[in-house]
Amino acid sequence: MSDKIAVSLTVNGESRRVTVEPRRTLGDALREDCGLTGTHLGCEHGVCGACTVLVDDAPVRSCLMFAVQAEGARIRTVEGLADGDTLHPLQQAFWDHHGLQCGFCTPGFLMLAVGILEGNPDIGEAELREALSSNLCRCTGYQNILKSVLAAAAAMRR
Amino acid sequence: MSYIGQSVRRLEDRPLLTGAGRFAADLKFPGMIHMRVVRSPVAFGRLNGFDLTSALAHPGTIAIWTGADVADIPPIGFRLTPVPGLEPYRQPVLAQDYVRYVGEPIALVFAADPYIAEDIADLVAPDIEPLPPLLDPTTPPGDFMPGLGTEAAVITKAYGDLGAAFANAYAVVELELSTARHSGVPLETRGAIAVPDGASGVLRMYGAAKVPHFNRQTIETMLGLPAGGIHLHEGHVGGGFGIRGELYPEDVLACVAALRLGRPVKWIEDRYEHLMTANQSRGQIHRVCAAVDERGFILGLDDEFWFDQGAYIRTHGVTVSDLTAAMLAGPYVIPAFRSVGHVRLTNKTPCGTYRAPGRFEGSFVRERLVDAVAAQLGLDPIAVRRRNFIRKNAMPFRRELETLGTDIVYDTGDYEGLLDKFFARIGWDALRTDVARRRQAGESVGLGMGVFVEKSGLGPFDDVRIIIESDGRVEVVTGAASIGQGVETVMAQICADGLGVGLDRIRVTHGQTDRIARGLGAFASRVTVMTGAAVTMAAAKLRAELFAVAAQLLQTTPDSLTIADSRVVVIDMPDGPSLDLAAVAQAAGGEIAADATFTTQHMTYPYGIHLAQVRVERDSARVTVERFFVAYDIGRSINPMLVEGQVVGGAVQGIGAALMEEFVYDAAGQPLSVTFADYLMPTIAEIPAIDVMVCEDAPTPLNPLGVKGAGEAGINAAGAAIAAAVDDALGRPGLVRQLPITPVRLYELLLEEGSSLPLRYKS
Repeated sequence: MSDKIAVSLTVNGESRRVTVEPRRTLGDALREDCGLTGTHLGCEHGVCGACTVLVDDAPVRSCLMFAVQAEGARIRTVEGLADGDTLHPLQQAFWDHHGLQCGFCTPGFLMLAVGILEGNPDIGEAELREALSSNLCRCTGYQNILKSVLAAAAAMRR
Repeated sequence: MSYIGQSVRRLEDRPLLTGAGRFAADLKFPGMIHMRVVRSPVAFGRLNGFDLTSALAHPGTIAIWTGADVADIPPIGFRLTPVPGLEPYRQPVLAQDYVRYVGEPIALVFAADPYIAEDIADLVAPDIEPLPPLLDPTTPPGDFMPGLGTEAAVITKAYGDLGAAFANAYAVVELELSTARHSGVPLETRGAIAVPDGASGVLRMYGAAKVPHFNRQTIETMLGLPAGGIHLHEGHVGGGFGIRGELYPEDVLACVAALRLGRPVKWIEDRYEHLMTANQSRGQIHRVCAAVDERGFILGLDDEFWFDQGAYIRTHGVTVSDLTAAMLAGPYVIPAFRSVGHVRLTNKTPCGTYRAPGRFEGSFVRERLVDAVAAQLGLDPIAVRRRNFIRKNAMPFRRELETLGTDIVYDTGDYEGLLDKFFARIGWDALRTDVARRRQAGESVGLGMGVFVEKSGLGPFDDVRIIIESDGRVEVVTGAASIGQGVETVMAQICADGLGVGLDRIRVTHGQTDRIARGLGAFASRVTVMTGAAVTMAAAKLRAELFAVAAQLLQTTPDSLTIADSRVVVIDMPDGPSLDLAAVAQAAGGEIAADATFTTQHMTYPYGIHLAQVRVERDSARVTVERFFVAYDIGRSINPMLVEGQVVGGAVQGIGAALMEEFVYDAAGQPLSVTFADYLMPTIAEIPAIDVMVCEDAPTPLNPLGVKGAGEAGINAAGAAIAAAVDDALGRPGLVRQLPITPVRLYELLLEEGSSLPLRYKS
């Protein structure tokens, strides 16, 4: 098949070097080549947002980015959120407020919300709704996801 | 402390929050290869053969199979609601002589890498002679195959003297109503990984969901394996909603391939495949007629409907049509009734169930009809509902119909009581005043309501085994399944109360066919009712056995013992001798276990009300749901936070179904809704605050906990309520007759002149 290309990136603070076909998505590279299966692929056409990771601190759909485009980038995934046994405030809030049911979309929502709140810790509810509307959840009806992110935002401001 | 009734946080959440979940696609096995399914590009045609030259020449090809390679595998049978004559309509695992929908599996490609398998699949060239597809279930039946028509079954549910009801009627109200094709569309696509275990000879399939025991037995039979020749394993499952976990061709094919190729075979569906091959549902057209007296009391209801079944009858048999007809009368008395459902094959994706199967459609039909009765007689629609409600003192209420092999007997309920309570809670009068004021000011806002009866807790049995292990930890083993709804937490809560131990000691094992001999899985809102009852019984037995052992150790009698802080203690002697559970288990030889089976012949019937407030922008014909309220009587709530989560999630699916979601096919039968840009599901931007009132006023006597199911309450009458609200907002009773109410559809309706209600008064 086509020639493979070596890509260097930082994933959750760790340097990684993967050798991939140019057509390999970042999502597949994270899951298959880095063994980080917490990033989920829900549609592979950029609508559902389940595969959202942070690339240089910006939420990105890893199904729409090729791994080779991530050369030199700093990637954060759900596996890097907790500090040992201590959950990230967003993870804790999703747990406390029943912000997940099946949990498949959850890593994408968590990474999206991390990106949103790091960019704007004081985000208002209307703006937050708009930002969260980029991802799909089929179980929760979103109400508790919103509640969770608002609670986490308050906790992170403290 | 009692755990039942507490909104405890879920036991299952930590791995899901930290990326440690194990969904089907996350699994890898040594030597594993990938299966890619080649699918029919046409809706109906004769499959003459394949040109495999280029595909076989690809260096990555491990194997390519077509129908001939699996012609010995029988088609997939029925899990529920079989009726005589359905067998010829079963789906073969790979198409043989004909293809009958776009997306039907016609060939398989096996390769070491999924990208390469997809490359090779593109090289497989089928020779298909297209035939004219049949797409409309209401047109006269055609031929499924020579000599066999496309009307697979006709379901009739009837009681009472319908002729007399119509003869004595003051007025007759008729409507034609339809619901589009929808589906559950879980965020995780389907997947199956079949792994031959060389040492034991057992085949293991991972990626199972919903009904692992049934699927295990079915695959064994289809493949001619001995009992125990295959085990199914459920990992994390990314949503169910009726469609996920049914036995599909791909599950069977992965197992056959693993056995014949002698290595692990992984199949993961992509979203495009999912939206054109996983079960769809809901596509129904009803012609319904009510005979009423001058006060709006429904003397008789006569309904005929057509169900767009798609290309084959899958595992659900005629479940959807059966439930549609059987549950259509809902919370109303209706002394004479008939519903006739035509199960019609079409050249579209085959259908199964989707959350509240038959009830979402039926509630839309019934509640639209009640609104039409009120409009035509000039009565208040709420008053008409009150007039028709089955009274509290008429419970238990026998409907004189059966469904899913059970007699329909509404066990407990106070429909009017719930309505009164709901109106008080939401401030109905103030809501109405506010909407009237805004309408006066020129806005198109309206309120609409739907009342419904649900069903839950389908039997006939559930088994549970509870084990106290040598370290004092407790394991609950069940044949139920978890599709994300919180089964582990709820069963642990029930077990903790039953045994009297802390929640943190308990873990729940589900969906593993090698851990418990039988199990019915998770569907029909059954797990909390059925499995919960079995947990209660097993816990009581285990507690007795625990005390029998401990009594000997403590030299006392079992009836003088209790459990406090997860230790066995003597009643009224807090400082007396005590034993931890580990010590008792060790004294009993390492572990103590108890088994229990809960059986029932009847379902239990929860009920509720949906109320929507919508705003319509007349220029764009866009409908916005401003507020959504749900009242639901669940009998008894084990974990209110989880019940509310189920209801809100269902309500949002209902809003999607009412306004956005639709599987569209073109005139050639090509599916047009095959991406998330075409099949539109609600995001948070489309969703208002959803206010849920869960009541426990009508516990059921049918199980020891008094519980009814929670899973399908949120979606049931959402379509009905939103349709009524749109009518109200536009001041056009009976305007909405079709779901979803897309902007294009509503725009065309707004161009229609005058009253929308077809109606005939008797002279």
